[in-house]
Amino acid sequence: MNRPRADEEEYWHSSKCRAFTFDDEDDELCQLKESKRAVNSLRDIVDDEEDELEKVSWSGEPVGSISWSIKETASSSSTSPEGRDSSLQKGSSSNAALPKQVSSYSLSSLFKGRNKLPSLQSLSDALSDTGVKNYAPELRRPKAEYKDYSSDWSPKDTVRRMQRGKVCSLERFRSLQDKLVLLDEAVAGHDGNVITAVLIFLKRTLRREILFRELEVRQVALCHLIHFLKETGEQKMLLDLLRFLDRTEEVALSQYREHLNIQDVEKKREFLKGCIGLPFSPEDISHIQDHYTLLERQIIIEANDRRLETAGQSEIFQKYPRKASILNMPLVTTLFYSCFYHYTEAEGTFSSPTNLKKTFKIPDKQYVLTALAARAKLRAWEDVDALFTTKNWLGYTKKKAPIGFHRVVEILQRNNAPVQVLQEYVRLVEDVETRLNLATKYKCHDVVIDTYRDLKDRIQLMAYKCKVERGSAEEEKINSILNNTQIRWKN
Amino acid sequence: MASAARHDVPEPPDFDILKRLARDQLIYLLEQLPGRKDLFIEADLMSPLDRIANVSILKQHEVDKLYKVESRPALSTSDQLCFLVRPRVKTMKYIADIVNADKMSGRSRKYKIIFSPQKFYACEMVLEEEGVFGDVTCDEWSFYLLPLDEDIISMELPEFFRDYFLEGDHRWINSVARALQLLNSLYGPFSRAYGIGRCAKMCYELWRDLEEESEGDSQGRNPEIGSIFLMDRDTDYVTALCSQMVYEGLVDDTFRIKCGSVDFGPEVTSSDKSVKVLLNAQDKVFSQIRNEHFSSVFGFLSQKSRNLQAQYDRRRGMDIKQMKNFVSQELKGLKQEHRLLSLHIGACESIMKKKTKQDFQEMIKAEHSLLEGFDIRESTSFIEEHIDRQVSPIESLRLMCLLSITENGLNPKDYRSLKTQYLQSYGPEHLLTFHNLKRIGLLTEQAAGETLTAVESRVSKLVTDRAAGESRSHGEPRGRAAHGRELPGWGQARGWCWLCCPYSAWCLHSCWAPAGSCCATSWGSELLLSSFPGKITDAFNSLARKSNFRAISKKLGLVRLGGLLGCSAAARPVPWPAPELLTPWLCVTPWGCCLVPGLPRPAVRAVLCMARGMTRGQLRDPAASAASPQIPRLDGEYDLKVPRDMAYVFSGAYTPLSCKIIEQVGAGRGQAPSTPGGARPRAPAACRP
Repeated sequence: MNRPRADEEEYWHSSKCRAFTFDDEDDELCQLKESKRAVNSLRDIVDDEEDELEKVSWSGEPVGSISWSIKETASSSSTSPEGRDSSLQKGSSSNAALPKQVSSYSLSSLFKGRNKLPSLQSLSDALSDTGVKNYAPELRRPKAEYKDYSSDWSPKDTVRRMQRGKVCSLERFRSLQDKLVLLDEAVAGHDGNVITAVLIFLKRTLRREILFRELEVRQVALCHLIHFLKETGEQKMLLDLLRFLDRTEEVALSQYREHLNIQDVEKKREFLKGCIGLPFSPEDISHIQDHYTLLERQIIIEANDRRLETAGQSEIFQKYPRKASILNMPLVTTLFYSCFYHYTEAEGTFSSPTNLKKTFKIPDKQYVLTALAARAKLRAWEDVDALFTTKNWLGYTKKKAPIGFHRVVEILQRNNAPVQVLQEYVRLVEDVETRLNLATKYKCHDVVIDTYRDLKDRIQLMAYKCKVERGSAEEEKINSILNNTQIRWKN
Repeated sequence: MASAARHDVPEPPDFDILKRLARDQLIYLLEQLPGRKDLFIEADLMSPLDRIANVSILKQHEVDKLYKVESRPALSTSDQLCFLVRPRVKTMKYIADIVNADKMSGRSRKYKIIFSPQKFYACEMVLEEEGVFGDVTCDEWSFYLLPLDEDIISMELPEFFRDYFLEGDHRWINSVARALQLLNSLYGPFSRAYGIGRCAKMCYELWRDLEEESEGDSQGRNPEIGSIFLMDRDTDYVTALCSQMVYEGLVDDTFRIKCGSVDFGPEVTSSDKSVKVLLNAQDKVFSQIRNEHFSSVFGFLSQKSRNLQAQYDRRRGMDIKQMKNFVSQELKGLKQEHRLLSLHIGACESIMKKKTKQDFQEMIKAEHSLLEGFDIRESTSFIEEHIDRQVSPIESLRLMCLLSITENGLNPKDYRSLKTQYLQSYGPEHLLTFHNLKRIGLLTEQAAGETLTAVESRVSKLVTDRAAGESRSHGEPRGRAAHGRELPGWGQARGWCWLCCPYSAWCLHSCWAPAGSCCATSWGSELLLSSFPGKITDAFNSLARKSNFRAISKKLGLVRLGGLLGCSAAARPVPWPAPELLTPWLCVTPWGCCLVPGLPRPAVRAVLCMARGMTRGQLRDPAASAASPQIPRLDGEYDLKVPRDMAYVFSGAYTPLSCKIIEQVGAGRGQAPSTPGGARPRAPAACRP
């Protein structure tokens, strides 16, 4: 990038061609330009003696020699690193303008003045390209390349050529105005790849503040630069840019993001602690704070529990060995864990569920769902019972849940709760139809029978009789209800 | 729904050409590095590559060993290394590390990088910075389009959505333009182009640019593809956010279809190994059920297996000669069918198992309420519970986004509480996810005073005002009319639809936290609508923001029926196309851009099948009767005015916006093709560029 600057400049100064200054839009002039280009390219071939660049190929062999052409046709890759080095460095000193390796444009396309897109338009295209290559390898690339340096493309043409993947030097865009015109052309061309290429060039040749200032009014280009910086991991410049743009929240998020790459938990914790001071939105600050507190808590719990587990004294860890570490898990998972292993602990300990609930202001709904899942998994039905039992001021107990009881049933059922337990909660499902569905599905006969009785639905009840076991208590119950003369059946 | 049932359905173009072209070019590129070499392949290029070439082809061209590009250092001992990669900075660094390590140890090898579908300047810059430029040679494998089926092509660009919609990077637009150019040169010339959205406009312009340069050879051919539709994904997020309802969609949900093939695990195959199955029109069982509503699939499959049984049973009464015939001619087909049937039945079972676990029905109900705009409270608390139970992070987000889009943003209180619970359930790092979603407009917070009703009334006023005026149309499509052949309206022209990233969860995955925060361009008010007829143009033109789903929905009648119970006055029986008119031409790919061939009018409706979930038309399908209890049944005639259950919701009460757009264009062409004030002049001369 740096080395060939001198050569480059010398080369440019000695270049015989100057920029055309006529208006691009004019058709006739355009045609003229086209033919001039064609002529130019012709001249390159005709008097290539004049040009030192062309005489010797990368590997130092004279152009056109057999060995050169074999290598060229064979792999189009350089064989001798040194030779390649110098020439390619030259070619790529504007890092956006790199020679296309297997270029599929041939000399003939230059004569046409209009280059075909080197895509896989058709197989025959590709084949004819090979043909050209084989018959006249020495006419191919070096000429085209040289031509790129020797002609002055307008910003528009430059962008156009770059869009087609062709070689173009950007070095001659030296004034700020030229650079900006080039950038605007690139944006107008809709090709993000070219926009990025121009931005790379601008980034290299402009002072940051100036670049930032100009990008501020060019949103599309700005997005491209930001994306580019993110991709290449130039975090420092990215943060500078965001700060310059006054996007403080993005600065914060972009810094916070880095915690994802930190593996070591202690380091991560330290890093998160540092994040708390970043300019997040007030709402997000509390999330960051929670994140930090959670990890801190997890580290403590993990250390403690690992000790307990290895000591082998705690019954629960022996019975249900931990499957994974609790580090870096979400809060709800942590809560589940603590409901599973530390349910009965006093509120004072870090690992107790009530402490977690308080510290992180976990809503009732979330807490109950999680605790229920954990206790049901352990088949601790009394705990489940206690979870929903409330006492009113008269001392009566009542079952209440912040979630629908059908949900409770579902969770219990998934944990293979016995029918007695299940039935109690099925009974509490408010919606009659849902209750009947659930009760039938999970064979809570009592609930089904009682519900039909309450509905005074004699036909359904009789139908249900066939579904219960013969001679069972349920059948007896149905019979006694059916025989009850006080019920006024609706059917 | 055999496409053969429609006599005026044209044969699909032969997309195998695309495969052959890609294969030939790859071979050509491999030959550029003569001698034995090891090939490193980027993970997400493997599935596409599988569809193009196989190992033996690679071996024929002296590929020795195959490696995956990954974070671990390479162990290859070959003297020539070839990398088949996407143009990504990360991959470049990986390659540079290999080259530099070799340099350090004094080892000299040849390296070649083949970029698919094109290389980026940024990649070359990385190579240069790492000091390996010149040590490696670079090539481009212009593999833009992969035919996944006889009627669907995919660009397989997983990054497209994120790069364009989230980061505001236009780098893939050139690829899309080149893909268009390729299609145009092979199957065109396209006579008309329709587009909606900024990205569509840019792709179109760049494509025209390319075309103008390479004028000439396509003239005078009969186009196999008549029209193209370019649509930005962000014009219609709602469709992508609705639940999958058709068989193919659910298979994708459950097993993930990759490049048209799927891995069925042991639970499906009912053996101990997995099988890879190609899901396309060749699969006779699949092709019949792919676009069917899931509830009717069971009935179909059981009918099918009864038939199969009967066919097998026929052999009982056979004499030896007949038996010989049977064995030599029919048995193979029957066995094949048997295999397919058992696979798809197994897949259905797995899907059922998964869906019943997730209270699917409740979710559908919530979704529908959101679309229709009632019971918002209930739906919100359903979503909340979904989050609290840690069901599925992506599903939770999907529902939240649907809520946000249909409600023009969440109200600040809900936004905060859902966000907090989400972070608590699935991890605090999703703070970044939320930021991304906000940027992209999928999940937003209502600004003060921007309640839905306020927006709605404003929008509807605008729409009414506009409707009086001329419909605006910028970017008049410039396309050549086919030479010597008049295109008689929509009827016989072929429509193509091009959607950027149709896959539902993909939008969300793109915003996933570990992938990064973003800076997207601000929402543009500019919406390109080249020559869509009246109503829809107005609706769009008048929308300053894209999130006003409800307003659009009302205007265009996307949600057809009134409430769940009883119907509003607007409810009317919809003239459903008969099932056989639903051709299976239209489907989705999980990745990138996809092309969907449109068909004559009935098929336009069937774009539905492609859009997430809702298929229609099985209402009178007797096969639909044997549904499972979990999914609403559809037996016999269904009275749309008095729906008894949720069935109509599944059957297309919601029309995806993209379908509506195409439909309207179709209607415009079909009904009033030559009205001067209509959509467009139809005369070929007027369309010349």
